[in-house]
Amino acid sequence: MSSKGLRILVPVKRVIDYQIRPRVNKTKTAIETTGVKFSINPFDDIALEEALRIKEKKKATVDAIHAISIGPSKSQDILRNCLAKGADTSTLVDAGSQELEPLAVAKILKQVVEKQGSNLVILGKQAIDDDNNNTGQMLAGMLNWPQATNAANVEFENGGDRIKITREVDGGEEIVSAPLPLVITTDLRLNQPRYVGLQNLMKAKKKPMDKLKLKDFADLDLESRLKLLQVVEPEPRSPGIKVGSVDELVQNLKDAKAI
Amino acid sequence: MIRSSVLRPLCRLTVSKPWGKFRIPQTVSSPCLKATYATKVTPKLTAEAYPSVKRDSKYKQLSSEDITFFESILSQQELLQANDQDALEFYNEDWMRKYRGQSRLVLRPKTVQKVSQILKYCNDNHIAVVPQGGNTGLVGGSVPIFDEVILSLNYLNQVRDFDPVSGILKCDAGLILENADQYLAEHGYIFPLDLGAKGSCHVGGVVATNAGGLRLLRYGSLHGSVLGLEVVLPNGDIVSSMHALRKDNTGYDLKQLFIGSEGTIGVITGVSILTPPRPKAFNVSFLALENFQAVQNVFVKAKKDLAEILSAFEFMDSYSQDLTKKHVENLNHPFEEEHPFYVLIETSGSNKEHDDAKLEAFLESVIEDGLVVDGVVAQDETELQNLWQWRELIPESAQAGGGVYKYDISLPLKDLYSLVEAANQRLEQVGILGDAPKPVIRAIGYGHVGDGNLHLNVAVREYSKQVEEALEPFVYEFVSSKQGSISAEHGLGFQKKNYIGYTKTGPEIKLIKDLKNHYDPNGILNPYKYI
Repeated sequence: MSSKGLRILVPVKRVIDYQIRPRVNKTKTAIETTGVKFSINPFDDIALEEALRIKEKKKATVDAIHAISIGPSKSQDILRNCLAKGADTSTLVDAGSQELEPLAVAKILKQVVEKQGSNLVILGKQAIDDDNNNTGQMLAGMLNWPQATNAANVEFENGGDRIKITREVDGGEEIVSAPLPLVITTDLRLNQPRYVGLQNLMKAKKKPMDKLKLKDFADLDLESRLKLLQVVEPEPRSPGIKVGSVDELVQNLKDAKAI
Repeated sequence: MIRSSVLRPLCRLTVSKPWGKFRIPQTVSSPCLKATYATKVTPKLTAEAYPSVKRDSKYKQLSSEDITFFESILSQQELLQANDQDALEFYNEDWMRKYRGQSRLVLRPKTVQKVSQILKYCNDNHIAVVPQGGNTGLVGGSVPIFDEVILSLNYLNQVRDFDPVSGILKCDAGLILENADQYLAEHGYIFPLDLGAKGSCHVGGVVATNAGGLRLLRYGSLHGSVLGLEVVLPNGDIVSSMHALRKDNTGYDLKQLFIGSEGTIGVITGVSILTPPRPKAFNVSFLALENFQAVQNVFVKAKKDLAEILSAFEFMDSYSQDLTKKHVENLNHPFEEEHPFYVLIETSGSNKEHDDAKLEAFLESVIEDGLVVDGVVAQDETELQNLWQWRELIPESAQAGGGVYKYDISLPLKDLYSLVEAANQRLEQVGILGDAPKPVIRAIGYGHVGDGNLHLNVAVREYSKQVEEALEPFVYEFVSSKQGSISAEHGLGFQKKNYIGYTKTGPEIKLIKDLKNHYDPNGILNPYKYI
């Protein structure tokens, strides 16, 4: 590995801004998107930040950081920001209004990895819209690469040949090590993404963005395997009550079998 | 372990309010405050701290008959008396913990009629009264000095009416500003005023003090947006112009008298206000600049290029950011390097793409012209809120070291920042600025460039006469020499009562005194303050 530099691929997804409360549409078939603010999936933002830090802090030799987004044409807004933050090149796969399942996304990414000659893929552990947490794992499986999911820390070992990853697991951390090529999915604590600088935002307009369509991947079966039946809001929490005395409080807690 | 289920529900607790002020740190990227208010020591009694101010013997001391009367018209909940456990600190002390009164009685009437009965009785019996809203004032205007009765509007807190066609909101004076704004948000409207204390301050209070705040640049002052008021005069008369229309040109516009009167000629009990439609798209950009001239140039350009979507233009000096950085943890400052000045620009409009395009063109040109040395744009809601934090947490950060002397002044734009420089110079000359044990940490400047309004905050380790004497009347003289106002939006209250002459002329002060004597001949309303 040391002879050749890293070619990092960072897949990013455009999702409803995580500060916005999603609303189910009237027909209960999807989330309302008109007039709603969209932003980069926060975990993907962390993934990009990690790629940039690897490059800037010279943890390893990085030849290129390539950002890719698969989604509606407006996804180019988030790609533009990725370029402004420091990605070298980017690809937009315009899927129009078609929703793709993780398997379809992984299939496309596999082809892109091969075309780009990527040897490290860093992506969010999941997108906050569908919460699937599948894409990274499927991609690693199809590429037959090792994977380290839910990364909270990424360190290079052995002159950049291996990567040591601290994973967030239930009840603690797990530290794993794997050789390149590798798929890493990011968790929340890994880093704090930077702001987009104005000068860079202007320069980013001149950075390359390949635009592809889904039909450019005609050899892949991208059909959905699941059928969406209904989207419903979670049940509202019942409001609290005010008690008049300690006795009443104790009685209520007993009734609720809390004590 | 699905971490995003931690991420999203948390943020649902905060309804998306990019312009909101009290954004309780709830999201992962929100800051942790290192210290809240360091001034935990009980403040000195105002009467002791300012021995030159004497209780006026014309005011009656409360007797048991008075209490009996109040008890006859008010319920238990509406009347609070001081006792051994509770000296009514909550009502007697101001938000900055700089002033402390000695009132033994708080009245919290639930109807306007009761307000009228209370005032009539106090007027007839020469009992001094302090009207109090959310008690978030910054000049000691909402707390008693001696034993004045506190008339709290806390329980007059209902929305009376809202017309979704005209956008006219009618509400009780004691409605909390944030609640009013949330109510309006449900109908697609916005309260035309926003300020740091929105979670506590009352609609009536902001009108009585003519508060300015962050949206003034866009929506103008309350003198324009308030359409009518319901006011109880000291003699108990209820005067209402709540029916008011957008256009009404029939004689004297009496409500204007009460806007900014600081509770000295009547108690506002109801407000009718015109509210604008709520913008759908917000953008925030944070810029770094080399000098104050550049701040002015960027402001002129923003007015021209961003025009109707420009909704806030706030400036901050590097000292203010230093103090804030020390006070907050876990919040990235947009710039790694320090710069002398920073500007926060907010746009709000109805069409995101249109706003984005305008802002982008504006930002490109200020960078190309070299007016701005560095800048960032918020890419998502979280960043937007975090950028606002760097402006909004300044007041709290300035106070965190022990205390703060706040001066809120209007100056011609070209002279706006010169006061901060002059103040630091002066404090240094006097020899009280520097590392501990010197009392002054630093004088910092920030504020609403759009309104020519500077907040000079002198962060101190403790309140002391020495600091106060170094600053007053120095600051007021400076402002007066530049034809500025010694109070742009905080009012005069107790702190600035003696300095009104620096801004108002003799004949003006005479007219004001005439009005005060006309409406409140016994002088029972908010004595020892304002005029």
